[in-house]
Amino acid sequence: MSILVGTDTKLCVSGITGREGTFHTLNNRRYGTDVVSGVTPGKGGQDVEGIPVFNTFRDAVAQTGANTAMIFVPPRFAADSILEAEDAGIALIVAITEGIPAHDELRVYNHLARTRPASPAGTGNPPVRLVGPNCPGILSPGRANVGIIPASFFKEGNVGVVSRSGTLTYQIGNELAQRGFGNSSIVGIGGDPVPGTSFIDVIAAFEADPETELIVMAGEIGGSSEEEAAQYIAEHVSKPVVAYIAGFTAPPGKTMGHAGAIVSGTAGTARAKQEALQACGVRVGQTPTEVAAIVAEGAAGSG
Amino acid sequence: MDLLEYQGKQLFARHGVPVPKGAPASTVEQAVAAADELGYPCVIKAQVLIGGRGKAGGIKLAADRAAAEEHARAILGMDIRGFTVHEVWVEEASDIAAEYYASIVFDRAAKRPLVMLSTHGGMDIEEVAERDPQAIAKLHVDPLLGFQDFHARRLAFDAGVDSDVVRGVGALLARLYAAFVAEEAMLVEVNPMIVTTDRAVAALDAKVTLDDNALFRHPANAQLRDLSGEDPQERMARERGLTYVKLDGNVGILGNGAGLVMSTLDVVAQAGGSPANFLDAGGGAKAEEITSAVEVILSNVAVTAVLFNIFGGITRCDEVATGLIEAFAQIEPDVPFVVRLDGTNDKEGRALLAAANLPNVHAEATMLGAAKKVVELAASEAVTSAEPSGDEAAGRGRREAG
Repeated sequence: MSILVGTDTKLCVSGITGREGTFHTLNNRRYGTDVVSGVTPGKGGQDVEGIPVFNTFRDAVAQTGANTAMIFVPPRFAADSILEAEDAGIALIVAITEGIPAHDELRVYNHLARTRPASPAGTGNPPVRLVGPNCPGILSPGRANVGIIPASFFKEGNVGVVSRSGTLTYQIGNELAQRGFGNSSIVGIGGDPVPGTSFIDVIAAFEADPETELIVMAGEIGGSSEEEAAQYIAEHVSKPVVAYIAGFTAPPGKTMGHAGAIVSGTAGTARAKQEALQACGVRVGQTPTEVAAIVAEGAAGSG
Repeated sequence: MDLLEYQGKQLFARHGVPVPKGAPASTVEQAVAAADELGYPCVIKAQVLIGGRGKAGGIKLAADRAAAEEHARAILGMDIRGFTVHEVWVEEASDIAAEYYASIVFDRAAKRPLVMLSTHGGMDIEEVAERDPQAIAKLHVDPLLGFQDFHARRLAFDAGVDSDVVRGVGALLARLYAAFVAEEAMLVEVNPMIVTTDRAVAALDAKVTLDDNALFRHPANAQLRDLSGEDPQERMARERGLTYVKLDGNVGILGNGAGLVMSTLDVVAQAGGSPANFLDAGGGAKAEEITSAVEVILSNVAVTAVLFNIFGGITRCDEVATGLIEAFAQIEPDVPFVVRLDGTNDKEGRALLAAANLPNVHAEATMLGAAKKVVELAASEAVTSAEPSGDEAAGRGRREAG
């Protein structure tokens, strides 16, 4: 098992005919992802190395049965593309695009929250609909890769990873791999102020996934989603969770690369997040290397 | 991006938020002319992106022409907590009966705009919030519905504004919300929002933060960036399309991806070092971007050693190595580099570096090892450079080629 993407995924890529879009679409297909179609307005009827291109998501869904969308269009078109995919009935939308205006993200988030179907039984959470924006995507090793995560560093296993940062995920994943751990799924939720999917959404999915035995979450400064996750873990999660937080040395008032990574006043500091997690029984590694060491200890303890 | 007070007021005025009449001035002559035009008394206000202007002597009431000239002369060029005053805003004086507070913030946790109103204006709102949280009325607005009249009434009655100005306060809030949405702001704050002696409501101050990601839709706003307050290295980086934040230490840092760079800063700090900057070369950086990034890092003379921490996903390690080799050809850096390359094309990248045999470049296999090495080198370099070194002392031997 895995979460969000797997062997049932039928992927449609918005922006498939762009340079980056084509490159990563083909990468994903090479990995084994079932890429069924793409959307580029005005280029319907063409194909990208055999993948049919449609003018609209409606056509792509009707004719190829796509159930997952990857958004690869420039920021000014991205919100519209997400809304179009949702309108066409796509169940999961993965938005890679970086630099989407915050007010666009706000409208998209609130619209999706309104139109989400009722919670699936048992989890108490709405199903994940939008992952990202500004995220590296989702990799379920051995099954499917949707996004830009370099799959060669990861293998199948039972550690679920959720992270706000792409390269930090690779760093942690690599440290885990060197100790022999593989992954059920790796989910990048993105570094923007209004992510479509929170730590809680993904952690709940890992808790429900029989293959995942341990969860690693990598957070960073800004916002309060790590603190909210800490509370959720304490109340609802039985599997061990190991955390990492980046940005202890970040000065207040400065955006550290990600639009969402900013300490305002005393809110959103790495220390506050670390303390909130530790207070809820989550072990926090000081470095990516230490995170892998804690995972190894945990695995030894439970084995 | 933060706006100066007068830029915020001009933005408010475009959306019908009442503001006192005024004019910006960057010379004493312009300020006096503006004051003559507005009439006396008027107020001369320093325009800097930092609070505490009043306490620093940056806001003065001028009763006549002579006073206007004297104040403008004193304030222009003044230093307010590290910010030099390049402009003043000359404004008609207001007869104030009451000082309120109003703001709209982009609330990330609630994922909705949060509107706040209080009758305790004119002071630090965080203090008010701490001392008497009930004194601030708050309301989240559904962005798909927008700000409604009943929202305004509820806020006004909850905050306890004077009953004769409930409508005026509500109208101002509605226009402020329109400005927040239309200009794609992350924050609009009015402190104080005043009630005048003839019971009109107006914004006496304006604090506006705009979303950088939305500036492409607002070309006029994009022109408002206050270059005078920007750090020269940060400006250089921005002009080259790099994400750079200057810090106080001496270890220059380059990485790819915001999370990994933040993590690198932390690991360097844990190893006992002090980072000089945050620099994210971004995903898929090409050789010329790496060369450009090295120039930005070394333009900070505090840097005594540099760490490259790359985990290539879409970034290729051979591109990074090529960029570094090119930088050495162009700049001839005189500080040691520690380079850790992992990920896509890492073997090719390491081979390129080994073949180039650059002076004082150290390869490390792990992030932790690289951090320890660079901290060690930075410390020994700092000791060396503290010794007198003739005419190279200021620039420390860095020079541009050609």
